[in-house]
Amino acid sequence: MSEIKQTTVEVRLPSRMGFEKVAMSTASAVAKLMGFPEDRVEDLKTAVAEACINAIEHGNRLNEKLSVGVVLSTSADSLEVKVIDDGKGMSKKQAKPDIDRKMHGEEDPRGMGMFLIQALVDEAEWVSGADGKASYVRLVIRLDKEA
Amino acid sequence: MQSETKSRVEQLTSPAGHPVSVLRFEGDIASTSKEAVLGAYQALPKSTVKIVLLDFSKVDYINSSGIALVIQLLMEANNSGQKVYAFGLSAHFTKVFTMVGITKYAGLFPTQTEALAAL
Repeated sequence: MSEIKQTTVEVRLPSRMGFEKVAMSTASAVAKLMGFPEDRVEDLKTAVAEACINAIEHGNRLNEKLSVGVVLSTSADSLEVKVIDDGKGMSKKQAKPDIDRKMHGEEDPRGMGMFLIQALVDEAEWVSGADGKASYVRLVIRLDKEA
Repeated sequence: MQSETKSRVEQLTSPAGHPVSVLRFEGDIASTSKEAVLGAYQALPKSTVKIVLLDFSKVDYINSSGIALVIQLLMEANNSGQKVYAFGLSAHFTKVFTMVGITKYAGLFPTQTEALAAL
């Protein structure tokens, strides 16, 4: 992937459910150009989709006047994806979902996005914007990482 | 932007002679899929349907909201004494379903033939 070393690709999405698929397709295309194997590309697509859904739903609260920024930055051995919204950021990390508690109605069946993100990429970091805006989640997958 | 979820039901009999209700999904499974997933399942008569088989072979995209709908379906089936199985998931979504623990409550099979043979 020597041709696209140190490249940045940016996409802006409307805060409307379903547009996370545009970010997924873009991330998939960049990861494939970099030479990531298919299983890692699939992991990245799901992580990026969940990050965008959180940004659309929780960060921008489905306000279509606000957009979600997706910035993909490549280096020789890793791909970083930042998903930026106008929310205050995540106040606390989500606990690992407990299927038994969900099945018994003791835990919301939803609420698995952050868990999936953390489980599917090599690095995940949630950063709150200094002025309560421009918060982002930063995801990294590395080329040398086994699936 | 999301591809509409379609679902249909087919009644089959396993090689062992058990009646199986197959719920076939097509399109994306996301927050907008409640009627196609839960609605289609809830339309099955609970008194006679004991085995439900979910067909994901024509589903390309499932997000966490879609997984939550599958969990809600499993909850209702569990409470009704029904057994749920699934087939046709990609390798990636088989991994995701396993990660979130769905395999504890729904057996996953690569194909319909393998699923029916095990029922």
